[in-house]
Amino acid sequence: MSRRDRVADAPVMAKVGLTVNGQRRELDLDIRTSLLDAAREHLHLTGSKKGCDHGQCGACTMIVDGRRINACLTLAVMHQGSEITTIEGLGQPDNLHPMQAAFVKHDGYQCGYCTPGQICSGVAVLAEIEAGIPSHVTADLNAPIEVSAAEIRERMSGNICRCGAYSNIVEAMTAVAGRQA
Amino acid sequence: MKFDTPAGQNPIDQLKVVGKPTDRIDGKYKTTGTAPYAYERHDVVPNQAYGYVLGSGISKGRVRAIHVEDAKRAPGVLAVVTTLETPRLERGTMNTAYLFGGDAIQHYHQAIAVVVAETFEQARAAAFLVEVDYAAEAGKFDLAAEAKGAPPVPSDSGEGSGGDGEERVGDFEGAFAQAPVTLDETYTTADESHAMMEPHATVAAWDGDKLTLWTSNQMIAWGHGSIAKILGIPKANVRIDSPYVGGGFGGKLFVRADAVLAALGAKAAGRPVKVALTRPLIANNTTHRPATIQRVRIGATQDGTITAIAHESTSGNLPDGDPETAVSQTKLLYAGANRLTAMKLAHLDLPEGNAMRAPGEAPGLMVLEVAMDEMAEKLGLDPVAFRIRNDTQVDPQAPERPFSHRDLVGCLRLGADTFGWAKRNPRPGQVRDGQWLVGLGMAAAFRNNMVLKSGARVRLDGSGTVTVETDMTDVGTGSYTIIAQTAAEMMGLPLDKIVVRLGDSDFPVSSGSGGQFGANSSTAGVYAACVKLREAVAQRLGINSADAVFADGAVRAGNRAVPLGEAAAQGALSAEDTIEFGDLAKKQQQSTFGAHFVEVGVDADTAEIRVRRMLAVCAAGRILNPKSARSQVIGGMTMGTGAALMEELAVDTKRGFFANHDLAGYEVPVHADIPHQEVIFLDEVDPMSSPMKAKGVGELGICGVGAAVANAVYNATGIRVRDYPLTLDKFLERMPDAA
Ligand code: FES
Ligand code: FES
Repeated sequence: MSRRDRVADAPVMAKVGLTVNGQRRELDLDIRTSLLDAAREHLHLTGSKKGCDHGQCGACTMIVDGRRINACLTLAVMHQGSEITTIEGLGQPDNLHPMQAAFVKHDGYQCGYCTPGQICSGVAVLAEIEAGIPSHVTADLNAPIEVSAAEIRERMSGNICRCGAYSNIVEAMTAVAGRQA
Repeated sequence: MKFDTPAGQNPIDQLKVVGKPTDRIDGKYKTTGTAPYAYERHDVVPNQAYGYVLGSGISKGRVRAIHVEDAKRAPGVLAVVTTLETPRLERGTMNTAYLFGGDAIQHYHQAIAVVVAETFEQARAAAFLVEVDYAAEAGKFDLAAEAKGAPPVPSDSGEGSGGDGEERVGDFEGAFAQAPVTLDETYTTADESHAMMEPHATVAAWDGDKLTLWTSNQMIAWGHGSIAKILGIPKANVRIDSPYVGGGFGGKLFVRADAVLAALGAKAAGRPVKVALTRPLIANNTTHRPATIQRVRIGATQDGTITAIAHESTSGNLPDGDPETAVSQTKLLYAGANRLTAMKLAHLDLPEGNAMRAPGEAPGLMVLEVAMDEMAEKLGLDPVAFRIRNDTQVDPQAPERPFSHRDLVGCLRLGADTFGWAKRNPRPGQVRDGQWLVGLGMAAAFRNNMVLKSGARVRLDGSGTVTVETDMTDVGTGSYTIIAQTAAEMMGLPLDKIVVRLGDSDFPVSSGSGGQFGANSSTAGVYAACVKLREAVAQRLGINSADAVFADGAVRAGNRAVPLGEAAAQGALSAEDTIEFGDLAKKQQQSTFGAHFVEVGVDADTAEIRVRRMLAVCAAGRILNPKSARSQVIGGMTMGTGAALMEELAVDTKRGFFANHDLAGYEVPVHADIPHQEVIFLDEVDPMSSPMKAKGVGELGICGVGAAVANAVYNATGIRVRDYPLTLDKFLERMPDAA
């Protein structure tokens, strides 16, 4: 099909209802809208970042129905009825979530652009370990999984930090995990 | 304030706030997603439309026609601006390639059109309806093929590592020929991409003939001037605002196509437009660190004293481009009476090569410090001892110029002790830990300290709060925090009484962020402004400013103490100043030093390389905030590990572009690649650098670390690979028998 045959039709719109950070939101969206753009451009929740728009960097990580996902890789209309937590829902500047506070204390960021994704991923990773979900580096599938540096590094490897804050992020997550235990 | 004599005792020396590992004051915004980056400025202007940039599908030639009829008819489209209907625009400060306009294509993914629509989805869909006819021409894309005959070319990178095309001291060739122990090896480093996490992005809005750009830029004053020049409008009509920058590493030193096309798109659409370069465009549309071919020759006496040293580097660039200044550190790092350095530049039609974190030194030290390792082995010397033996306290090219302060030896010794270097087996390939061949490597770190004129404005209000305004940027470096620390120290206030506003071209012009000159220069500018504010406060209170002590939120003179805010009770007090640097940096060489130590494991079967331990010891003057400074260093260590082990823009030498132009194809280090990183700062001050007595650390961390990794890999395997990155395919065939 040549490009000329693909002259765009009027956008197909669809209604989608989401619960975002505990609030019910109704949107009328072009069906091509990613969950990430629904948040950033329509709800003006710009905490979730767009680093690549291709599922390659993790900057857009949100927690959807309890699991972290790359919000750039999923369409908003696929999430009718979903419960979504973005970085804004975890904590606010004067009411930080423990993971956010740990990132500040351990300087687990530099430019800050990957940070919301790292934090959402970090919160979800600790929950995954708690739930006994194994990773590539889990040695014993029958024992409770330890929150080791190796587990954290393996599970967080989808969240790129070009500033190179990894060493500090692992420390922040380890501190939070220690407090939870 | 003119800084032309070494700094004496001053209020910064109290170190009540400066020098403390304070949490970043912007941390609570960055961690909650409330720090606004360029593309997110819904707050600044209503009715923003979306621009989608189209990149050239050829690498060299001409655009014959661009068919936009279908795109223009597509739903939601407001405007299409093409390069053919736009005369070739002037380049901005330090751009090599043209950003937009005219029919000539200089490189792949050069911007050729922007489609503006109501929504991002519409703009993207319409952009794919644009059809382009090209007249492609043959180009030069292969550095190895063009290197022969490349002429020596001088460079002033503006980042502290420039020089002549060829520099000589003594008789290199003669001394090298006579040296009893010699090394002559050639190495290559790859094209690298900054790959900062925030894509280049801009929101542009016109108000009559006045233009505002909310953008992501390291150097506001350069950007301000450049945009005016590119668009042919007076500087007074342009404002640039960039309070948060999601990483730059040199890739956002200069105005790029996002800013230009947002401005043109907004003009054409008659409303504000925002543009982000899509990730797949960035590697080819913007700039990159150029690949190099480097030859190092070292001659030494049997006892390891260097008598001859030569370092030559060849890189490529577009016409008007600069060479990668990969030989600059070799002029200053080690002693030796007979010296030669040369930079050669081949013409290539690849995208523009330009500054990336520690331009010059980063790839230069990746090579020099491997050569030093090889030479130490030839001499039967410990690599640390070999470097100490050839330390110099003066500029080897101009011995009348001492270093202002140089403790490379201290870094090497402390690093060796801390890391357990004495346990290293100098014979490679001997240490096994299960499946892993284990090796230790080290390298020296070196990066010049530049000082740049920098201004700031400070205002004290009746509540006793001081607001600092400067066009300085925080690119992850911690500028917000160290500037607040500086103002707090100077005014005797706690940190929460300081407000810092950055990145706006309406504020006084600062050094900006680059070349690791930002922290020292910009805080020195804030120091200068605070000196003036202290005088204004004393005057308002009728105190002799020499007697005034600013501490604990009050001004004291004799036994009188007045809360600072009272000085502004009748109205805010404002002061502005710029620090300007005299010729101290010419009389004495200002540089920063360090030592990297690395342990790697190399899988005996697969040659997979894992970094197990890393330590950097740094000597960089006063450390203004050890917490954020440490982060700068580990960030550099991480990026340097990437350069050593995985980063390479793969050149399609036939079609002339970087083939792996996204974050899946261009690999950068991820969590699993990086171990715990340790950083030690030597406790020192450099009164020659500024009243802050600080130097830069933002780039020191990347300098040398790649060589330390490579030397560790050699120590583990006994295999010396001289072509970066050290990917396992280069080892597999040569691995020792796994048995
Ligand atoms: S923006 Fe979604 S993974 Fe990069
Ligand atoms: S903090 Fe800049 S990319 Fe992670």
